Amino acid sequence: MSKDKDGDAQQSFLFAAKATAARDSSRGGGAPKAGKASKRETPRSKTKTKTKAKPKSKATTKAKAKPKPARAKRAEPAEAPEAAEAPEPRKRRAREEAAPVTAETMSAKQRDISVSEFFAKNRHLLGFDNPAKALLTTVKELVDNSLDACDEARIPAEIEVRIDQLAEDRFRVRCIDNGPGIVPKNIPLVFGKLLYGSKFHRLKMSRGQQGIGVSAAGMYGLLTTGHPVRVISRTSPKKRAHLFEIAIDTQKNHPAVKREEEVDWEHDHGTQVEIELEASYRKGQHSVDNYILQITLANPHASITYWAPDRPNNQEPTHKFERVTNDLPPATAEIKPHPYGVELGVLMQMLRETKLRNLSGFLASEFSRVSIRLATEICEAAGIPSGRKPDAVGRPDAEKLHKTIAATKIMTPPTDCIAPIGEELLERAMKAIHPAEFITSQTRRPAVYRGNPFLVEVALAYGADLPADESGLVYRYANRVPLQYQQGACAVTRSVMTTDWKKYGLQHPKGGLPVGPLVVLVHVASVWVPFTSESKEAIAHYPEIIKEIKLGLQDCGRRLGIHLRRRKRDADEAKKRDYITRYIPHVAAALQEILGFDDAERDRTIETLTGVLERSRKL
Amino acid sequence: MAARKKTPGKTGGAPGKKGTAIKKAVKRANTPGERRVHASDAETVREITTTAERVHDSIAKGGRPDLALPVRALSNVSYDEKRGYLEIGKQRKVRTLSVNTVKSFAQTLRLMSLSKELVEGNDFATKREAYYISKNWDDAKFDDQVESDATMDDIEALFSVSSINREQLRFYAEEHSGSVSGPLIVVDRDNTGRVARIDCTNFGSGSYSVPNSVEELDFETSADFVLLIETGGMFQRLQSHRFWERSNCILVDMGGVPTRSVRRFVRRLSDEFNLPVYAFVDCDPYGIANIYRTLKVGSGSAAHVNKFFCVPKAHFLGVTPQDIVDYELPTHELKDVDVKRAKDALKNDPFFKGHPRWRSALEQLIEMGVRAEQQALAMWGLNYVIDEYLPRKLENPSQFLP
Repeated sequence: MSKDKDGDAQQSFLFAAKATAARDSSRGGGAPKAGKASKRETPRSKTKTKTKAKPKSKATTKAKAKPKPARAKRAEPAEAPEAAEAPEPRKRRAREEAAPVTAETMSAKQRDISVSEFFAKNRHLLGFDNPAKALLTTVKELVDNSLDACDEARIPAEIEVRIDQLAEDRFRVRCIDNGPGIVPKNIPLVFGKLLYGSKFHRLKMSRGQQGIGVSAAGMYGLLTTGHPVRVISRTSPKKRAHLFEIAIDTQKNHPAVKREEEVDWEHDHGTQVEIELEASYRKGQHSVDNYILQITLANPHASITYWAPDRPNNQEPTHKFERVTNDLPPATAEIKPHPYGVELGVLMQMLRETKLRNLSGFLASEFSRVSIRLATEICEAAGIPSGRKPDAVGRPDAEKLHKTIAATKIMTPPTDCIAPIGEELLERAMKAIHPAEFITSQTRRPAVYRGNPFLVEVALAYGADLPADESGLVYRYANRVPLQYQQGACAVTRSVMTTDWKKYGLQHPKGGLPVGPLVVLVHVASVWVPFTSESKEAIAHYPEIIKEIKLGLQDCGRRLGIHLRRRKRDADEAKKRDYITRYIPHVAAALQEILGFDDAERDRTIETLTGVLERSRKL
Repeated sequence: MAARKKTPGKTGGAPGKKGTAIKKAVKRANTPGERRVHASDAETVREITTTAERVHDSIAKGGRPDLALPVRALSNVSYDEKRGYLEIGKQRKVRTLSVNTVKSFAQTLRLMSLSKELVEGNDFATKREAYYISKNWDDAKFDDQVESDATMDDIEALFSVSSINREQLRFYAEEHSGSVSGPLIVVDRDNTGRVARIDCTNFGSGSYSVPNSVEELDFETSADFVLLIETGGMFQRLQSHRFWERSNCILVDMGGVPTRSVRRFVRRLSDEFNLPVYAFVDCDPYGIANIYRTLKVGSGSAAHVNKFFCVPKAHFLGVTPQDIVDYELPTHELKDVDVKRAKDALKNDPFFKGHPRWRSALEQLIEMGVRAEQQALAMWGLNYVIDEYLPRKLENPSQFLP
């Protein structure tokens, strides 16, 4: 389908229609009809009739009715092709029809935009731009959620990922974890509503943070195949598992439950999610296989079993990674925002919403590292009575307060909220995947950007089973999640490119990545990782973050440099020794040819000369 | 093999009639006189053996042998006005046998051994052939002809001190040398020792081709001078119209910068018969600063061999910058590289710096900003060069540029 605006718009309308149809049919008692991929590609005319028909069948509110004339207008030129040949008059006519445009007519078009509708149109923002990426994003969202759930519940994660190819462009992704499970009443919301979740409203290190991912994957699946998300979850061995089939109503951003029943399930606790989607399976850097490989690198405490769609034997997993350690990553604490990281608008909102009665109390309890004494100081410095009710602080005062906070020296936020992977585990995991001759790593001390604590970890592997004359690989991680797309836009890539690798004995073309059998792993962990977009593909270029990454790279680089220099020295030494034994016989042979002495003399010459050179080398 | 000796006539005298000249030449060839500048085969073998012995003795005493090579760089080159060529200085680069030099040391000795074998077997190897022979030396083989050429240059520099050049070491260049015609008889011997007398007037419309090594040749001639020509086309014209007969000269086609053997060939003619040598090249910085300069005083980069290969008695007949004016020759504009080359010659070349007449000629050329080829004379008629230009020029050899 075309990528232009119209196309997208039509698609979303079609989708809404289909969702409605699916709901209707399920209400009628039958299982939802499998929306064939071909159906999605029905000619435009058909789509149009459907779209036109839809608003009619609904109770026509003013807002809903509005798109209709707009669409009808667009359809018109198609019905009268001769008009298309004369664009001038057509334009004029369009203007005539639309006139008169007044604030009133425009206001009638202005309405709420549902988040789900927005993302259905802008699926690329969430990582569903093409079929290959859609598959990766879906797997990624499911695995990330499972890992988060297990870590938070302090359960050593055991995750199974299975991808089955159902048709040329049709796949089913199934992810099973041994996590705590989800209580049945929340399941529809978790999987059927965008921006619903436990992770957005808190500052805590976790893989997910927005509450979009898995429901977006479900929405994409529904959109492309008509199949709802199928979820089985069990919270305890004492309870039975619940099975749900959930669609998402994009206009209302609300789950539509197709099926709900109690079932028997072989696992004591955990969650299984199944999404059917239109996708394609590829190999290479952006592949699911590569994601699985990279996720194990950053999560050495998790066991992950993976069945790729092209597996030769149906039962045998393609990859089976056993955990390298039994120690779970340390539990991370949730923290309050640091005053430095709060923008004026957010501060004003917090002032309005807080339950606290006075300003100093508000500052002290809503922010980290602000004591009552410090709060009072801030109020004094800003010239606002510390006892004023927070919601009575107006915009000018809020601005004063914001400026004062920036000028006040406040302790950096607590950093126990971040759990690094750790140098030893990083190196062990790296070794398991890239059997390199040299591996080093560094976990840096936590630092702060915009009031958010973060921490950088770097690992280097050199001499792996990689080509020596190509750019090194860069593995980027944010909160233990690999980032596979948008490499060029990422702060990590920028840091790697701007580090002077020549100093450490590597080739480094200007403005590029270092060349050699090299793997650079960078992990940025934070309570809030600043991504450049909702699809979480690249880390934003905060100077503080780039600085920390570069310091880590430099430290590991120095160690690599020492290793490479030593290696070169050893090689030179060996080469020299080799030189002596290789060429001295030729010196003697040439002399023998010229001077005509006997073989004994020749051998004596070799022996003497070897001794002489061995001695000279040691000096 | 004994050194053949040749005496250049002490009294040059004015060029006489053809017949008497031949007699004079034959007489000269039979006169014993001063030694030739170059060494004999026996001396070559002796030098190689001596060098090897020195290395061997040094090793036997438990020391590290070394080879002292003249430094082959412009910093070690000076223009000897009295002798008339660019001469290599006294700087020596001592290459001591060490871990880092053991490979090239082995290769140098191996190549010297090959040279000895060639001299003793009275054979030769081209540079390319020598490179392929090295493929028998296992680890010591050359990976590239550039390497074997460089080692060969080292050996030549080493032996140039004892007046032995590469041709005497029996390593020949691949390049075609040059063509000769005129009143000259070359006495040559092939590998079987058979003597051939080659009459260079007797090649019809063709010409005699200068061999790679000219040391063992003997000459008889009645010519009055040698005329060196830059381009094959001009040579062809003069040769076909028997210009050598009319002017009683030996014509030599250089084909651009003359090869070592052509230079050596002409040098011997000029030394042994006291013949003047005139160069007839294009009037451009390349013809002057490269072709003529190399012919007369040798090149800076191979200064160690200049004493064999330069022709100090050469003079520049034309085309001179003044000829462009006098003969109203059609011209082309000087390119940037030409101007750069001319300016570089004025600034850095010890030869041009030492001759005021050359300085003003080059300055004139730069100022005119044009160049003219030998063939430009054809504008005045195809045989204008034979009938007018050369005869008129040859009336006043004293006017030739130094």
